[in-house]
Amino acid sequence: MAALWHSTFFLVMVLLAISRPSLASQGTVNGTENLITTLPIVTWNWQEIKFPYLVALWILVSWLCKLVFQLNPSLTSVIPESGLLICIGWVLGGIIYWADKVQTFKLQPFIFFFYLLPQIVLDAGYSMPNKLFFSNFGSILVYAVIGTCWNAATLGLALWGCCLGGAIGDIDIGLLQLLLFGSLIAAVDPVAVIAVFEEVHVNEVLYILVFGESLLNDGVTVVLFNVFNAFVSLGGAQINAVEIIKGIISFFVVALGGSLVGVIFALLISLLTRCTKNIQIIEPGFIFILGYLSYLTAEMLSLSAILSCTFCGVCCQKYINANMDKRSVSTLRYVMKVFANGSETIIFVFLGITAIDPSIWVWNTAFILLTLLFIFVFRFIGVFFLTWILNQYRLVPLEFIDQLMMGYGGLRGAVAYGLVVLLDENKYKEKNLMISTTLLVVYFTVMLQGITMKPLVTWLKVKRAAVTERTLAEIIQNRTFDHILVAIEDISGQIGHNYMRDKWNNFEERWLYWLLMTPSARKSCDHIFNIFHKLNLKDAMSYVKEGERRGSLAFVRNETKADVDFNKKFSGNFSAMMPYIMAENMGSDHVPVSSILWDSVHSVCLDMHEKDLKMRESEDFNAHHLLEQHLYRGKKQHRHRYSREYLEVNKDKNEVQEIFQRTMRSRLESFKSAKMGVNPPKKISYHLKKDQPQKMPNGKSTDNRKSHAYGKEDLEFSEGDSASGCEAAGGSFPMRAHRGAGIVNPAFNAEMDPMPAMQQILPWLAEAEVDSSAVVPSQRAQLTLPCTPSNLHRLAPLHLTTHSFLLADSPATQDTSEPPPPPVV
Amino acid sequence: MGSTNSTLSRIPNVEELMQETGFTPAHIVRLYDRFEALDKEKTGHLRPQDFGAINRLAMNPIGDRIIGSFFSTGQETVDFHSFVRILAHFRPADKNRPKDPSMPQPVNSRTSKLKFAFQLYDQDKDGKISRAELLQVLRSMLEMQVTEEQLESIADRTIQEADLDKDDAISFEEFRKSLEKVNIDHKMSIRFLR
Repeated sequence: MAALWHSTFFLVMVLLAISRPSLASQGTVNGTENLITTLPIVTWNWQEIKFPYLVALWILVSWLCKLVFQLNPSLTSVIPESGLLICIGWVLGGIIYWADKVQTFKLQPFIFFFYLLPQIVLDAGYSMPNKLFFSNFGSILVYAVIGTCWNAATLGLALWGCCLGGAIGDIDIGLLQLLLFGSLIAAVDPVAVIAVFEEVHVNEVLYILVFGESLLNDGVTVVLFNVFNAFVSLGGAQINAVEIIKGIISFFVVALGGSLVGVIFALLISLLTRCTKNIQIIEPGFIFILGYLSYLTAEMLSLSAILSCTFCGVCCQKYINANMDKRSVSTLRYVMKVFANGSETIIFVFLGITAIDPSIWVWNTAFILLTLLFIFVFRFIGVFFLTWILNQYRLVPLEFIDQLMMGYGGLRGAVAYGLVVLLDENKYKEKNLMISTTLLVVYFTVMLQGITMKPLVTWLKVKRAAVTERTLAEIIQNRTFDHILVAIEDISGQIGHNYMRDKWNNFEERWLYWLLMTPSARKSCDHIFNIFHKLNLKDAMSYVKEGERRGSLAFVRNETKADVDFNKKFSGNFSAMMPYIMAENMGSDHVPVSSILWDSVHSVCLDMHEKDLKMRESEDFNAHHLLEQHLYRGKKQHRHRYSREYLEVNKDKNEVQEIFQRTMRSRLESFKSAKMGVNPPKKISYHLKKDQPQKMPNGKSTDNRKSHAYGKEDLEFSEGDSASGCEAAGGSFPMRAHRGAGIVNPAFNAEMDPMPAMQQILPWLAEAEVDSSAVVPSQRAQLTLPCTPSNLHRLAPLHLTTHSFLLADSPATQDTSEPPPPPVV
Repeated sequence: MGSTNSTLSRIPNVEELMQETGFTPAHIVRLYDRFEALDKEKTGHLRPQDFGAINRLAMNPIGDRIIGSFFSTGQETVDFHSFVRILAHFRPADKNRPKDPSMPQPVNSRTSKLKFAFQLYDQDKDGKISRAELLQVLRSMLEMQVTEEQLESIADRTIQEADLDKDDAISFEEFRKSLEKVNIDHKMSIRFLR
């Protein structure tokens, strides 16, 4: 606490120092010549540097405030930072006022809207979780547009009603002015929401709804504000249907136009980052400038600037993250956070300071209380009503508790204040009343609601953001569910979310990636692979640490299975295909680990197990990222397959192709085995071949006749298969679902006895014209085989790793993902 | 709507179907249209070929299993009722259903959905997912680059995590328990368009 007082005292001194000269400077001589009689060694240049100095000093002071209350952590856990900043603002404002007798420093709307707000919005857009945002986009729009309109209208009307009823006393305010007031107070404020919700970790859906709403409602706010402002200027008499229709049209123009401007700038940014490989040093700067320009451009065209900035950030994040160098991306992220956080601090401090100014205060208890009441009540009513409607259409309906939090989380903030100060005094006689009320509302929502938010969340047991790590079973099962859902949607012919997302992904992949991303970015656009890479680096770090602990890195771990085979790596035999390379002693090449990792390109996973226990952890650890890297994504999530040298753009086609081949093959197998009356292996037994340390992925074998995939020579399969497989797949499909390979068809209510699948020769299977084969090989063993003759040539370059599986030459043009045309459904 | 009613009247036992599955008449009609579209030869039954004709299913790693799950054991065809019954699993669960342990679980309850997922794994229907069955599914869902050893270690690890009674297989209860944190209702529901 002593530190707290010391720092406060220091701040006070600084402020006095600022205010004195600023006042004094007004009295200095203007324009007198500087008649010097002797060379001055040092001069006092306050006048020249006054402006930048004050700006810098104020920024410093605001940020120091943040430091001040960090000294007392118990305080920050109760009161949200924004509230504390406002309090300090009051203190500072009080000091200045006392020194100057007038409030010299206020939150000017121009400064707020053009220098402080853009970076917050840009940061919000850039760090927006896109997937979550767009999957809830409909709901967000409903809340933002309809909710805000509702809030504005009801507040204005209710206040007017009270005004007519005489509850407010004698004020010179009309319906239109009240509607205007309603519209600017109604909007949920993004700055405040970020500030408060950030500290309360609610579940992500709730967060994105409130946050998205706060960003998107700017479109409505701007329109309503301008419309009502214009109406007030026109005077009540001139408002007719035409004007109202124009108002509605202007909403669409402003909102959509603003978003369009944002998207255009996002395109520009992405294209730009595509070319800036050689000037990586200032790459991040471009984002800021262009983001800011998008804000200003929209403002210039009287469109919604916040929407523009938001969509700019939202749309470009994926491409610039892919295009730019990692360090640029980090720089960008951190600098944006600095700016955003800094601006937010300054805003709140000044919100506090501007309050200490008696000239603006008009205290009308009834007005203020009624406003607060109505805001609250109507917000809740609006949220409940809209949610009720939305829940009919949402897949996961919003629960009551979440709705309560949404209603409670409607915080108002600086944007409302900025707008109200912009009003013209001559037209709005009660401007001061509105300013006072706005300030009070802002304080109330930020401080009171901010303080009570956390306890309320815990009390109501709102579902919090899940932070637990998933088990393997969950990971696998989640992916299984995804596949199941896609399949069921296909079967039932539904066009659900996934279909849309699918279409968008297709479009994006075909056009946007090609247009907006550098070729190398396209390659490494693999999110999963990046995680894998990060994990590898982590592995390496722990390896190094362990080595240092033991004195040197040249240690051999005999008790574990570790062998780093760096030689192998460099010879390029297995690397790209083998996610695992066992760690061995590094004695042979004393190359620094990180460079090896880098050079070997992302394929190394050093298994650092010491003991069995640790081995287990690593196993789990590796299993996790192995799963994450290799699980098929399913149709709706296209991603690029990881490859060493290059990657063709539409990598998902390979995945699709693989799956397709596999499916066809297995169908063929079961069909053939059914025909032959051979009992298909229901359970495939795997023999662990311990004597084969080499893990050769099946893709490696150019010898497509041997099943040698995992060294399981015991599985035999006939050569006839592949050929016939080719034909069968090449022709029409005679067979469909397979019964073989142990896939029996359980009915859901499994009261039937499971019949061994083979006791029936399935009639349709008897139709196909394939030749006989001896034994049905395991599905897996077949996997390496190319199916159609046309694919055979691809096997040739299929060595090792320089190309992952495929298409050296003929890529996307050969659209093998389209199967030979069966009747299309 | 006239067309709805006339379509509905063509479906036998439609009331019972709606009751059992909870679909609305509009849903049933839509599904019936889909059924007929798939049933090219108008036999009133679907065969595996008909499912296979859906292109995109061939690109689904577990597509064939799912197709298989439509066919009850021993049956080669699926009639409309079974078709709808299976699809009914994917209806979003009814929140307000009173929990009555004596009544059988409705088709789209969490347990039923889990059972459906379980039997996709458990092909021999012994009530347990054995290691081999798990390996099969894993194999089909993982890229071909994954080696056998890796596959097995994943399978081993998964069984270890879930297997509580140490019989080296995952029973339905263990399966359910391992997924208790997952929002099954969300993950296994699709919006059926009206």
